[in-house]
Amino acid sequence: MSLWNTILPYILSGISVGGQYALIAVGYTMVYGILRLINFAHGDVFMVAGLMMVYFAAAMPLYAAIPLMIALTVLLGFTIERVAYKPLRSAPRMSVMISAIGVSYLLQNLALYITGGLNKNYPEIPWISDKITVFGATTARVTVITPFLTVALVFALVFLINNTKIGLAMRAVSKDFETAELMGIRINNVISATFVIGTFLAAVGSLLFFSNYPGIVPTSGAMPGLKAFVAAVFGGIGSIPGAVVGAFIIGISESIIKGLDTILITHGVIAEQMDFSTFSDAVTFVLLIVILVFKPTGLFGEKTTDKV
Amino acid sequence: MIDKQEAKRKNLISLAAVLAFLLLVLALDQIIKPTSKMYMLLTVLQKGSVYALAAVSMNLLNGFTGLFSLGHAGFMLIGAYTYAIFSIPSDARDTVYQYFDAAVRISFPETLGNALGGFGTALGVLLSVLLAGLVAAAFAYLIGLPVLRLKSDYLAIATLGFAEIIRAIFQWKKLGPVTNGSNLLKNFDRCSTFKLELGGATLSLSTFVPVLIATVCITIIVLLVNSTYGRAFKAIRDDEVAAEAMGINLARHKMLAFCTSCFFAGISGATMAMVLSIAQANNFKSAMTYEILLMVVLGGIGSISGSVIGAMLFISASEWWLRGLDSGSFLGITAPTVFRNGFRLVVFSVIIMIVVLFFRKGIMGDRELPEVLAGLRARRAKKPEAKEVQGNE
Amino acid sequence: MKKLLSIVLAFTMVLALAACGGSSGGGSSASGDVVKIGVFEPQSGDNGAGGKQEVLGMQYANTVAPTVEIGGKTYQVELVYADNASSNDKAPTAAQTLISSGVSVVLGSYGSGVSIAAGDTFKAAGVPAIGVTCTNPQVTSGCDVYFRICFLDPFQGTVLANYAKNELGASKAYCLSKQGDDYSGGLVNYFVQAFGAENCVQETFPEGTSDYSTYITNAQNQGCDVFFSPVSTEAAAQIIAKANAQSLGMPILAGDTWDSNVILEAAKGSDLKICVTTFYQEGADANFDAGVKAWINGDATAKANNGGNDELAAVTAMGYDAYFVALEALKAAGSTNPADVLKALPGVNYTGVTGAIAFDSIGDAKRDSAFVKECNTSTGVWDFVTVAKAG
Repeated sequence: MSLWNTILPYILSGISVGGQYALIAVGYTMVYGILRLINFAHGDVFMVAGLMMVYFAAAMPLYAAIPLMIALTVLLGFTIERVAYKPLRSAPRMSVMISAIGVSYLLQNLALYITGGLNKNYPEIPWISDKITVFGATTARVTVITPFLTVALVFALVFLINNTKIGLAMRAVSKDFETAELMGIRINNVISATFVIGTFLAAVGSLLFFSNYPGIVPTSGAMPGLKAFVAAVFGGIGSIPGAVVGAFIIGISESIIKGLDTILITHGVIAEQMDFSTFSDAVTFVLLIVILVFKPTGLFGEKTTDKV
Repeated sequence: MIDKQEAKRKNLISLAAVLAFLLLVLALDQIIKPTSKMYMLLTVLQKGSVYALAAVSMNLLNGFTGLFSLGHAGFMLIGAYTYAIFSIPSDARDTVYQYFDAAVRISFPETLGNALGGFGTALGVLLSVLLAGLVAAAFAYLIGLPVLRLKSDYLAIATLGFAEIIRAIFQWKKLGPVTNGSNLLKNFDRCSTFKLELGGATLSLSTFVPVLIATVCITIIVLLVNSTYGRAFKAIRDDEVAAEAMGINLARHKMLAFCTSCFFAGISGATMAMVLSIAQANNFKSAMTYEILLMVVLGGIGSISGSVIGAMLFISASEWWLRGLDSGSFLGITAPTVFRNGFRLVVFSVIIMIVVLFFRKGIMGDRELPEVLAGLRARRAKKPEAKEVQGNE
Repeated sequence: MKKLLSIVLAFTMVLALAACGGSSGGGSSASGDVVKIGVFEPQSGDNGAGGKQEVLGMQYANTVAPTVEIGGKTYQVELVYADNASSNDKAPTAAQTLISSGVSVVLGSYGSGVSIAAGDTFKAAGVPAIGVTCTNPQVTSGCDVYFRICFLDPFQGTVLANYAKNELGASKAYCLSKQGDDYSGGLVNYFVQAFGAENCVQETFPEGTSDYSTYITNAQNQGCDVFFSPVSTEAAAQIIAKANAQSLGMPILAGDTWDSNVILEAAKGSDLKICVTTFYQEGADANFDAGVKAWINGDATAKANNGGNDELAAVTAMGYDAYFVALEALKAAGSTNPADVLKALPGVNYTGVTGAIAFDSIGDAKRDSAFVKECNTSTGVWDFVTVAKAG
């Protein structure tokens, strides 16, 4: 077996995971770009979107459940911003971040209460859950669709930001909060719009993610959320293409590290197992620290200067 | 002159209060038996003192130096493991390391205990605890070199990342001979084995020891905060640029605060291992750091007594008082359909959100308990005075 | 002043709560004719589903035998629950809650890690515990108040390895366990010992893993011919989904945790071959089967806890037996004092629906057989394969 043939399945699954991280990462990067806030609750909103789908799909047909799930997730994102972040707009950044951690804690505990702490199985969505064969490897269709859908959505978003009035306002606010306000931009509307877009993408992301990995527990959102945030930092926080590239890099590295033992053993590099898969989560953070130490603004980030 | 005497008097009062509290804990330890209903009080005191120390050490960094670090769980993990590894008695070591050939075969409490008797065991435990703090501080130094240059939320996410990396390293099978892989460490000297033989009678120290460790450590932190170092930390928190202009060596003081905080985090990790009687990397997730942060916020960022109160309230509410919310009846209301598993945590997180949003300063703000009590006394003292004036008329 | 007021308010609230916290546990214990049995089981977390099924057995047993005669007096049996949340660091406190509420004996847990972690707490209080399906040897080996009614991992691991070699004809095994999980880690260890370490590929996944596809790819790439993953049902459902999507191409083997309708549901309609070892085969005791099914169907909460249908899990039968072992011990002790129950437990002999139960000197059940079942993926039930003995 050639090296390429061994690695290919890992790269494919990495791209798929990366695509899902990308959809969450965009939400992080947009919010950070405007509010300078690490929205720790974003990953949990993603989890709540998954849970809603579980309950809705049991009660109504899919064509009704999916739009309802997306609408309610967006509403949730909007409400969180209005209730938990807006009152703290003039407070120090640490307070807002603590509030975000509090919201995350609340959402997880709420999910724990509603599900009774049990694993919920995501409903099977016809067509995208079907089995298909790509390059000789069998996989679910959603694995293949995810990256394309992600890229399409991100292009649409970039178009929105570059060519519409609200997009212009977002760019203005992220450049300079106070000046934008003085120019007559309604800051609160722009921020809400950011949250709406971010949670919409998270809702779509949860649809793809949980179709692929169909188990939801209250902490399901925490790790993907954290990784998506790291992806956003990696790509340069505030930059949407950066977040997407970062997400794909993180997805692929994670997948490769899980298979590293197998890859190295089948090619005779190492004789016995090194148990590298222990580091499947940690590798994300290693990448993060490397980038923070050597290029703190990320791959595509703009350089900022401190103001005294 | 008078100020100095006044300060001395206040210090003596505080010291007396602390000693009285310790004696009370020691007494409770003898009175309340594990099968008693009130034993939850001791459980809360044990766990609460662990978290109080953790919260105070986090406050030293987040509240007093303005370095927002989210790596606490990682350093507590290092402390817990160091303590556990160096306290497992030799005859239990092979049972604990059932899948590995243990590399570390020293047990401080056992070796010293054999040499010096009961006093040696205590000394050994102390040695292991100190080592736990030192190893955590050493890791903190290495991690601090690259990350302390980062600003606010970047620092937060980098330390969070390091905590996750530490957790992965300690679970790595290749380090199994030292860390027992991802399996739990147990059988080391722990709260339930802490006993004092006094002329035939056995004194139980299972709550006294963790409370004592936490008290001593918190006292040291208080002294540190009130020293010149503490003032430098606060200056850095309030304005880095101004602090540097005043001649404070930023890098050195930040590193000092970081290492000190992690030293005590390590000790609190060791105490946690004693209290839980197990140590396992899997338990030190970032969720633990978030919980400690919420305790600090609850008590008031920048107040040491606030952190202690916050931690005690947090633990007693989640472990004890609100338990009824999970099991069907609470405050006399019985509603099994609402009060089922998990409701406690929902109520609890709502309370925390209310504190975060509406009582941003927490219970104590940035004041300390003696200050608040003095204020109370002053107000009470004022009232009779007013009456006197009236009487004179 | 406002601050002060809020502090005072907070403290009064705290005191009020403390008062009611103290009183809420009281109530019934004063009346003197109630004996409390602690249920130390996960109700949430990774093993929540399994724990709930095990509790079902105890609850059903409690409806069958709600009273017990101790020392010539009839006692009402009350089950007291504590959720150990499948988490080793929550286990000691959960155990302490049970002890403080005055239980005479404790049943549980599902999952070995929590039992090992809580052993010390039970030991310190001298309250006996009867492990139901915690199969790791360390549960009882270092703890003289812990007993158990199930078989052990060295036995189960050997049975599974022999089955993989002799019946499935496997020569290379892929073993997947969860990091820091004493159950899966222990079982894999004993499986590997019996199967031969040189023929095993061992991997672990961290808690909270959602993407199992890479592990499936690893097994395929390393040319393994049996996939051994005795993990929690939560992970199992996802592994099955991925194995099906990626056409695993080798049989999956697992231990007693997989004997659950979660697995049946996940595997239904796939072309996978899944074999498990377990404690009980449906049909072994027709009376019990019919009774427990009628009870589950008649109780909406019970049905939901069983995963929405009345398919029996072996752990339910084990929970049922554990309850009766506890009653036997109480009868033999002639008192509700935990110390007396502890003294009486080693002598208990009881024949339950899962077979005869007696304890050896360490407190482990003397069991020498396990049932092997295979998942019928077209009908979604377990098919009985064989009874396996050690050696």
